[in-house]
Amino acid sequence: MIKVEHVSKKFKHTQALKDVSLEVKQGEIVSLIGPSGSGKSTLLRCIHGLEVPESGKIYLEGELMDRHDPVKYRAQRNKMGFVFQHFNLFPNMTVLQNCTLAPIQVLNQSESEAEATAMRYLNRVGLAEKRDEYPNKLSGGQKQRVAIARALCMSPEIMLFDEPTSALDPEMIKEVLDVMGDLAKEGMTMIVVTHEMGFAHKVGNRVVFLDQGVIMEDAPSEQFFTDPQSERAKDFLSKVLYE
Amino acid sequence: MFPAFQQIFTTENLAYLGKGALLSLLIAAISLIIGTLLGILGASGKRSHHIVPKVIANLYVEIIRGTPLLLQILIIFSVIPSMYTAITGNVLRINVYLIGVIALSINSGAYQTELIRSGINGVDKGQWEACETLGMSEKQTMRRVILPQAFKRIVPPVISEFITLIKDSSLISTIGAVELLKGAQVLGTEYYDVMSPYILAAIYYLIMTVSISYVGRYVEKRLAVSD
Repeated sequence: MIKVEHVSKKFKHTQALKDVSLEVKQGEIVSLIGPSGSGKSTLLRCIHGLEVPESGKIYLEGELMDRHDPVKYRAQRNKMGFVFQHFNLFPNMTVLQNCTLAPIQVLNQSESEAEATAMRYLNRVGLAEKRDEYPNKLSGGQKQRVAIARALCMSPEIMLFDEPTSALDPEMIKEVLDVMGDLAKEGMTMIVVTHEMGFAHKVGNRVVFLDQGVIMEDAPSEQFFTDPQSERAKDFLSKVLYE
Repeated sequence: MFPAFQQIFTTENLAYLGKGALLSLLIAAISLIIGTLLGILGASGKRSHHIVPKVIANLYVEIIRGTPLLLQILIIFSVIPSMYTAITGNVLRINVYLIGVIALSINSGAYQTELIRSGINGVDKGQWEACETLGMSEKQTMRRVILPQAFKRIVPPVISEFITLIKDSSLISTIGAVELLKGAQVLGTEYYDVMSPYILAAIYYLIMTVSISYVGRYVEKRLAVSD
């Protein structure tokens, strides 16, 4: 479904990604893990187009994502939903308005149509009763669930999560992971940058481990957590898993 | 120190100064509005992807902020009539109030360019990214998400700008506009006592500036509610 070919990305002083290639099939739940600065967020942002790689190509459903063809490029990007670490909800709008803005503006849905869709997704993330609240009245976990509902309102075929639980208080992590787990069960294709090893292990079906901008290991979740192949992955797991 | 205070303190004179104060207020208000329009243009220029509007906006802001307002008033006061004469061949009967408004508007526009620009830049970059991932165009993002948030940051400093303009409008007394300060000077010469009318003028200025800053604080509080 998504194919990343030889992507490299450089920031001012660091080479964030070095010749990374990756393929994600429909329905897969891929966890991107690795130490901070390993390039996992950059890879996710390159896939969506929030960052422009210096070289390499990204294909969506077999078709090249090409910035120079803006109409097609935009349509391709709209097939991907993106969830940020810091939610990025619109503080000047209610929960419902957060969810209906883009469907109305981008998909030209009527207000009632957009609201019906939004309420369906807000129900699914368990926040229907918060529809008229402003984001500043919500907890972190609730904000992130609204952000997920907002992304789903655009009917994406793939969901990209950039450390969705890293900015949350510990007791709010699970409610967000539960929503993501439900989404996974329904067959959504997902790429998740995460530090939640439990989620990567149990919900994810594949782990891509990055270090210093290079994919060090790419394996089914079970195998990665029980029998990692690369030394770097073994070392990483020994430091993050508490047994 | 105030030899003629008793004589000056008449309803007639107070009304005369009041008229001057209203004129100062009006000139400041009109300049503020035109300045806001120029500020919007300037900020758009600075944010533009094209080089020409960007350079023009930058030059505008640098030149205006880098030179004294009094000098700008004097230059416009002498340049506009001579340009008019050069173009039409006629002599311009100059309206000093109009010159004052033009000078203050251009000056305020440069400062408001920066206020508006920094108000827009102050909105979290994550808001742009969120809109980008939701498929919204730059224009939709600006209109629906960024400007409503920037507005809250821009309004309080624009209200302070109004106060600055009321005070700075006193500078156009130098080209013969009879606003509040000039009004006080007129009374001063009439009664051979400058101190009393100056003090009265100060009180008039304070009534205007303090009440506006009070309104400003109220507006700021109201705007902060949903943050």
